[in-house]
Order: sequence, then structure tokens, then C-alpha cells
Amino acid sequence: MIINHPLLGPRDAAEFVYLGDANLMARPDWQAENAADLFYEYLYLRDNPAGLHRELWYHEQGDRSWLVVTRNTVTHEITDVTLARAQRQVQS
Amino acid sequence: MSRVLGGLIDRNKPIQFQFNGKTYGGFAGDTLASALLANDVRLMGRSFKYHRPRGPLTAGSEEPNALVTLGTGVYAEPNARATVAELYEGLSARSQNHIGSLSFDLMAINDVLSPFFAAGFYYKTFMWPKAFWEKLYEPVIRHAAGLGKLSGLPDPDAYEKGYLHCDLLIIGAGPAGLAAALTAGRAGADVILADEDFELGGRLNSETYALGDQSGSAWAIGVLAELASLPNVRVMARTTIYGAFDHGIFGALEQNIGGKVRQTLWRIYTKRSLLCAGATERPIAFANNDRPGIMLGSALRSYANRWAALPARDIAIFTNNDEGHRTARDLRALGANITAVIDSRLDAPKSTDYPIHAGAVVTDSAGRLGLRSVTVQLATGETRQIAAGALGVSGGWNPNLHLTCHQRGRPIWNADLASFVPNTAPVGMLVAGAANGQMTAVLADGMDKALQIMTDLGIVAKAISLPVAEETPVRLTPLFHVPGKGRAWLDQQNDVTVKDVKLAHQEGYISVEHLKRYTTLGMATDQGKTSNIGGLAVMAEMTGKSIPDTGTTIFRPPYTPVSIAAFAGRSAGRDFRPTRLTPSHHWAAEQGAVFVEVGMWLRAQWFPRAGETTWRQSVDREVLATRKSVGICDVTTLGKIDVQGRDAARFLDRVYANGFAKLAVGKVRYGLMLREDGMVMDDGTTARLAEDHFITTTTTANAVSVFRHMEFCRQCLWPDLDVQLMSITESWAQYSVAGPNARALLQRIVDAEHDISNNAFPYMACGQITVCGGLRARLFRISFSGELAFEIAVPTRYGDALMRRMVEVGAEFDAVVYGTEALGVMRIEKGHVAGNELNGTTTALTLGMGAMVSKSKDSIGAVLSTREGMTAPDGLALVGFRPVNPSDSFAAGSHLMAKHGAVNAANDQGYVTSLCYSPHLGHVIGLGLIKNGAARHGEVMRAVNPVQNTETLVEVVSPHFIDPKGERLRA
Repeated sequence: MIINHPLLGPRDAAEFVYLGDANLMARPDWQAENAADLFYEYLYLRDNPAGLHRELWYHEQGDRSWLVVTRNTVTHEITDVTLARAQRQVQS
Repeated sequence: MSRVLGGLIDRNKPIQFQFNGKTYGGFAGDTLASALLANDVRLMGRSFKYHRPRGPLTAGSEEPNALVTLGTGVYAEPNARATVAELYEGLSARSQNHIGSLSFDLMAINDVLSPFFAAGFYYKTFMWPKAFWEKLYEPVIRHAAGLGKLSGLPDPDAYEKGYLHCDLLIIGAGPAGLAAALTAGRAGADVILADEDFELGGRLNSETYALGDQSGSAWAIGVLAELASLPNVRVMARTTIYGAFDHGIFGALEQNIGGKVRQTLWRIYTKRSLLCAGATERPIAFANNDRPGIMLGSALRSYANRWAALPARDIAIFTNNDEGHRTARDLRALGANITAVIDSRLDAPKSTDYPIHAGAVVTDSAGRLGLRSVTVQLATGETRQIAAGALGVSGGWNPNLHLTCHQRGRPIWNADLASFVPNTAPVGMLVAGAANGQMTAVLADGMDKALQIMTDLGIVAKAISLPVAEETPVRLTPLFHVPGKGRAWLDQQNDVTVKDVKLAHQEGYISVEHLKRYTTLGMATDQGKTSNIGGLAVMAEMTGKSIPDTGTTIFRPPYTPVSIAAFAGRSAGRDFRPTRLTPSHHWAAEQGAVFVEVGMWLRAQWFPRAGETTWRQSVDREVLATRKSVGICDVTTLGKIDVQGRDAARFLDRVYANGFAKLAVGKVRYGLMLREDGMVMDDGTTARLAEDHFITTTTTANAVSVFRHMEFCRQCLWPDLDVQLMSITESWAQYSVAGPNARALLQRIVDAEHDISNNAFPYMACGQITVCGGLRARLFRISFSGELAFEIAVPTRYGDALMRRMVEVGAEFDAVVYGTEALGVMRIEKGHVAGNELNGTTTALTLGMGAMVSKSKDSIGAVLSTREGMTAPDGLALVGFRPVNPSDSFAAGSHLMAKHGAVNAANDQGYVTSLCYSPHLGHVIGLGLIKNGAARHGEVMRAVNPVQNTETLVEVVSPHFIDPKGERLRA
């Protein structure tokens, strides 16, 4: 697989480490009343789509960027790659 | 010799080689199979299950039968296909899978016993009595079945890996591939043209069709010469594209002849690819269709036209299409006696040159070790014996569409060809020529597809002038097997017959995927290239469905077998992964240190001295000397992470369970890191060098994963924090100096302006200092051993010098250097947890550090660490153990049971995590986790080791065996 790194251009997937669903970026509020439930859902409940999936990849053998990669789990087509920190900052 | 005129062999380069100990002659350009056939050797091996005599069925990489072992001793390469093994001077080859000689194989008894080895016999044996399986079937089957054997010795050859990039990868250098390569090459595109053969040209080298005014092979030579002159074209012979992977990446295996590297595994990154892999002819099954001499018609033409080899003088042809007649004409022109062309079609073409039997089929064959005659059933129903030393069978062509399936592509049925053709291909791939079911005008197809790709890539390309090809369209009436009594082979490599498929159907295996696995049809190393369609056809006949309704063939990588050695490349033995050495490694090696692998690192385990005969003597000495005076240990391998920024303290507060915001500059604090699920992830110390500058350490094993986790937290969770991380593990050499004289030793090297007295530099102090007259260093007063101790770090390149200097000035104090074993003993004596306790199943509470998890701040794992079950009062807790009888020992991993009662899982109270002999106490001590541990100090329990069947009475004690109040480390 080739991941088109937003800063470095196309890189082989072997340079990356995979983590999982990009929803791991949406960490719940620790002070919420039902924080325990929210964290349980955050950590253990995942969608497993046959299709587009936003997921986190770490460029460990490269510039150490965490990337949000949108990949079709059926075809492995990658439709979008962004820096996690940029995406996170847009959200907050 | 059955060598005829012509061919592409180089008669000026004769080659001598051996087969089964006998010397033969061949020529450069021969394969092992062509040279043996030219020497009238048709018998080349024994079949997998029934040990039937077999010769080559094909002349290419799809070969199921002619598997041999090339080379001898450590160089022996089993299961090589003789049909693609390039002949070289001195080659020594042996046939496989027989006991006794090839012509008199004792295991041929299996053929007589064949009713016992029918489809599914392997599965059925599992159902019979267990003792039969272990004592009878398994040893017999293991011994009898199988292919060649490896030498069992280390492979002396080198295997290399390489990476290539191109605009267009063309797979196959036959007519379509050559036309495409010339088109794209002249347009200036970066082109790679790869072909598995050593002689490029594909079928052009095996057919007598003219291209314009020259032969096909002559045209190929001209095109290849032009391609060789183009700097933007890389032609790779002997290179199999074995897999099409995601995003235009291909795997390729290149055979290297005569060089230092035996095989090169290439990863090729492409913008576009063009599959021009041609087609494979398929046989027609009939009774005893596996005798040496019976081969594909196209293979006979290859042997005759390309290699000038006729396997026999009398040759018959069995065909369901016009190709068979072409074979007859070609062979007759070279002097063969065509005894019959048996054409299953009533409207077969006519000829006066040889007898043609229209509407006839071959029903059987005869000849013990090679074909002697065939039995033919004529259209009238009458049977006749026809003499033949070879039979060319033509059942139609199957496009080589394998690579189009590697990304879930499913082929579709083409009724005209009676075969599957590509439907979809991986993104960026087009298919041209016979691989696409295009059996005529393949040159133009190759060129057109290349032009299409060039346009796609924005490269200006022009049409090239192509010679007019002499060719005929395919005219075929499908016939896959001739009904009859005897065994008709579908899959010759796995010995699967038409009867086996019928039996599988009778037993309920109606899905083609189940059929394959039950009969093993198509599951041998040839992956059913010549047998899958035949199997499907028989299955379709049984179910009354059409072939496409019965199923499709689907192919996965690799196209042909790739050795594990090629995948491993240079990553074998010591080079399996990198070895990391600490800066003072060479010093330690000079001292005769014994090293141990810790992750990728080599660490000194202990330093034996003259007279010490066991490791324990060395380790006990190192521990006692350290506790008595001073010891030095290389701790460079601990992960070190530099944390800087305005929000560095806030960041650490969130990453660690305990707080760092209030840590004063110049101080160090122990930190406990949790996973988000509340389990302990890692621990280490964090030193605050400045308001906005911290140095954090991790365990050696988790250095990489902790750094990755911290980057995740920084970038994915809290990108708003102003903090930067840098791994400095390899930038600093670090040494622990421990023992009552640690300070005295360090004062000999620390520059005088830095006061490291207990008042100025108390326990848990840190600072940036200079040593040895101005060398910058970092000093941390931390202790893993429980003694007065420091860790001193200097830039990596000074690590070796610092170690030598410390040993020199330490002589005054009888300083020792200690290894990881002594380090481990001292941390167990002190009750410090390490990897054995941080094993992914323990919580802060378990390890006696529950109070460290702050409730007043957000940190990773804090919320879920409060879950029910993780906070249960009877949960596991860290304790120490000592044997009731001091001379007893017990094993790490032992489980703890109450003093009385049954030993079973229900009574399990916990387990021993760490264990060592304490030279300080004079007996074995252990750390471990038991239920409600804190309340059980003083209880006597049994440490049970069911594996070795031992039980030892132990007393539960505090995990701190020395200096529980910590007076030594504050001294």
C-alpha cells in the first residue's frame, strides 16, 4: 500500500504503524457525569465498515506524523490523508 | 538422439550435465527438460500420491510433473520444474519421490492400493481409531507422500531485495508485451518489461508462424535489441511477477545466474501495468493420460521448434481444435512420423500427409515407463491401437489472467474459447493479447493498450509499424474429459482423477471451494494451472450446471512458488533484525562479559572473573561488592524522551497517572503510565531540567511503544498543547553508579564546581553538570538497587571513555561493573517492579501504587482504572516470598495455593513473577501477585509448579527485602 503523506508525498505503508479507528481522537471528557460509560464506549466499541474507514497511521520510520487515512476496507483505495493534529485542531 | 534441425539452442556451446548420476549432453539455450527429451529421456519423476511414472506435461512454469532436485548438498534445490530449469555446465539433477531407482520405485505399490487413497482419504483417516493415525497412517503418509527434500543445512546462498519505480510495467515479453514495450519505450516512458523465461519472446520462440518476412523469434530479437538501446526501458529476463498488490505495487522474483546473489526479490512501484502473460494450453483427460510422453500439443511444438527436440519418432495428436493440426504439421516438417491426429470434432480439417480420425477420442494408453500406444475410439464406435511414443493433447487455451485476480477480480466465461477471461483488473492494469482472450492480432492489441496507457499518463506516443502476422482464429468444440472406466487424471501433481471429483460430489461436496479442499485439486505447487478448468467441467457435468454457474477459478499470489529465502533476503540469522550496541559494548566485550539480547540490544549479563565457574558466582560477587562499596552498570538502553515546551508539565500530567506539574526544577520523580483501559503500561523517571524541559525514561522493552503513544497523545488528543518530543535514547550514554561509595567515586570525575554532596544534591535531585574537565553531563540521583545511587549521562560518543575512566578511578574503592543479572537481583531485593510485573495484566493497585493514580486531574487510564473488578478488595497485590526452609528453592511462574487443600485452578491464589537468589540474605527470594496480598504477610503457602511437579512452602512477606525505610538511598 502507498499512503500519500500530506507533507512528504507518497510513502510505502511499510514505513507506517497502524493504530485503528480515527475515533480514538475523540477522547471523552473525564469530568462528564457518565465518564466511565463514555470511556468504555470510546475504547471498546467500534464500527467495522465494509467501505470507507477513517483510521490512524503513524509514520514511525519517517517524520513521526500521526495521519488520518480514509481507506476503503473493501478495495484498499485511499481517498484522503490528513495530519491528525491539523484535523484535531479544526474540530476543536 | 532425437535432436532435429533448427531451434534456438546454441550448438556452438555444448553443455554436459547429470541426471540421476548419468552424464548427458545438451546445449546453451536448453532447459533440463528439453535436453533430457533430446536424449530420449521421457521419465523424469514419480507422482505425489501413487508414485506413477511421470514426464513433462508442459514446456513452461505451469508444469505439474517434471519436478526435480537441482544441485547437490547444501546447494540442493528441491521441486524445481525441469521445464524452466536453464541448463548450465555441470548441472546435477535428481528425480524425486521414489524409493529405489526412478524406473523401479518401491512406493509404486501405492498405485495398486489406490482405492485406499481416493479423494478425502486423508480426512477419513482422522475418523478412524486414534492409535491407527499416530502409529500407522501418519508415519506412512509422511514417508510416502511428498516432493523433494531440503538438505536441512543452512543455505549458503545470498538473497537480495530491491525496489524499482516505473511508469509502465509490462508483464510478459511475448508478442503483445514486445509490441507494447516498443510503443511505450519509443514514447520515452519509464518502462519495465519482465518475463519469467531466460529467452524472451514468449510463443514467438515456439511457433513457426511468420511475422512479415521473418520468423517470430527473429522479430523478437530485433525488438529486444532496440529496447536494450533505450535508456528508459529496463528488460528483466528470468523475472517472474508473482503478485499484484495494492496501489500498483508488484512483487517480482529474479533468478540470477552465475552471480553472488541467487535470487532478487523486487518490489516494483508502477503508475500503470499491462498484463501480457499469454495463455496456457489445457489437456483433455482420458484413462491413463499421465504416461511419460503424453504432453500438451503446444509443449510438443515448443520442444520441437524452440529446442529442436522430439521426444519420440512416432507421434500422435489428440485435439478438440485446429491447434492440434498445426502441431502435426510442425512436427512432421521436422521429421516426426505422425501416426494419427485424433480430432474429437466430426468436422475436423482434412490432410493427406497423415491419418486423421474425425469424431474420435483417445480412451486409454499403454507403456509401463513411457507411452507406447494409445487406444482410440473412432466415430464408428470401433476401437483401435495406434503406436505413439508421444501424444500431443490440445484441449484449448486458458488465458493467464492470474494477476487480474490478485485484487478480488473475478474472471468471466467466454463461450467461444471455452475458458475464463479477465473481467476486472487491479486499478491501473490493462490486459492485452492472449491473456485477455485475444488470440489473434495480439501485436496490435499490445500496441493499442500501450498507446491508451500513454495517453492516460499524458505521454505523447505514436503508433509503431507492426509486421503482418500469419495466424488463424481459434475453432474449438469443448471437450474436457473422455468418459470411460480407467483413472483419468485431472490434476497430475496432486494425483486427482475424474473419479475423485465424482466421488467428492457423491459425498456431498457440491461447492467448488469444498471440492478443491476435499480432493486437493489445484492445490499443489502448480496451483492447478492445467487442471482447474477440467475439474470445474467435471463438476458442472455432475451437477447439470454450466461451468460458469458451477464456479470460477480464482488465483492468489504467488503466480509461481517463491522460496522463503527470497522473502527473508538478508534478514536471516544474526541479521534477522538489527543488533544495537551500547557505547561501552566493546569495553564490556574486552572484559569477557556474557551478553544477553534485550529487544534489539545486546546487554552485558554478567562479567565473569578468573576462577568463577558458574554464572551465580559472578552475579553474587557483583551484587555483594555493589552493596558493600560501589558498582557501575550500563543503563543506556533505557528509553529516554526529551519533553520540551510551555505545556510540557501539563502534557506529562495527562500522560502519567501521577502528577508532574508541581515537580520542582532540579528534581526527579517516578512516573507510572497507564493504558487507557487502566492497566499499567510502563514506568520510569522524569527529571525536570527547566520549567519547560523534562527528561523522561522508559523501560528498555517499551521505549518504542511509549514514544509512539506519547506522540499519539500529543498529536491526536492534545495538539493545542505547546510541547515537543524527541527520542534521545541513542544520544546519551547512561550509567548507574550504586553503592555506599557511589558519591565518592563520582566526586573523582565530576568537575569541582559541581557540589554533589547529600545536602547540595539530595535523593531525587538532578542537574546538568560537567565531568572530566568540561564534558557536559547530566546527573540524576535515582536508585533502582536500593543503594545510594546516581545515574550519569554523557553524549554517546563519550560513553566508552567515561566507562573506562570510572573503572579506573573506581579501583580505589574496589568498584565492580555489574550486568543485568545483578541489576535484577538488586531490584528484587529492593522490591522494585520490572517487566515481569508490568506484564500488561497488572494495575496500579495490584503493584501497590494505587494511591499514585490522581483523581484530581485528567490522565490516560484514570477513568477506567476505577472500574469495578479492577478495584476489588480481593484483587491481586504485590508481595514478597521467602522459602520457609532457607535451603529450598522454587520457580518463577509457580502458582500459590493455601497451605492445605487441593491444587487446582479454583484454589489458585496467584503466582510468582520474579525470583532470584539473594546473596545478601543467603536464600532464594521472590516477588509475586496474590489475592488480597497486603493482608497476608506472614501466611505460609505452597508455591506449586505442576510442570515439574514440585511444591515448596513459602512465607508471604513484604516485597522490600532490604532497607524497607529507604535509609540507604538517602545517605
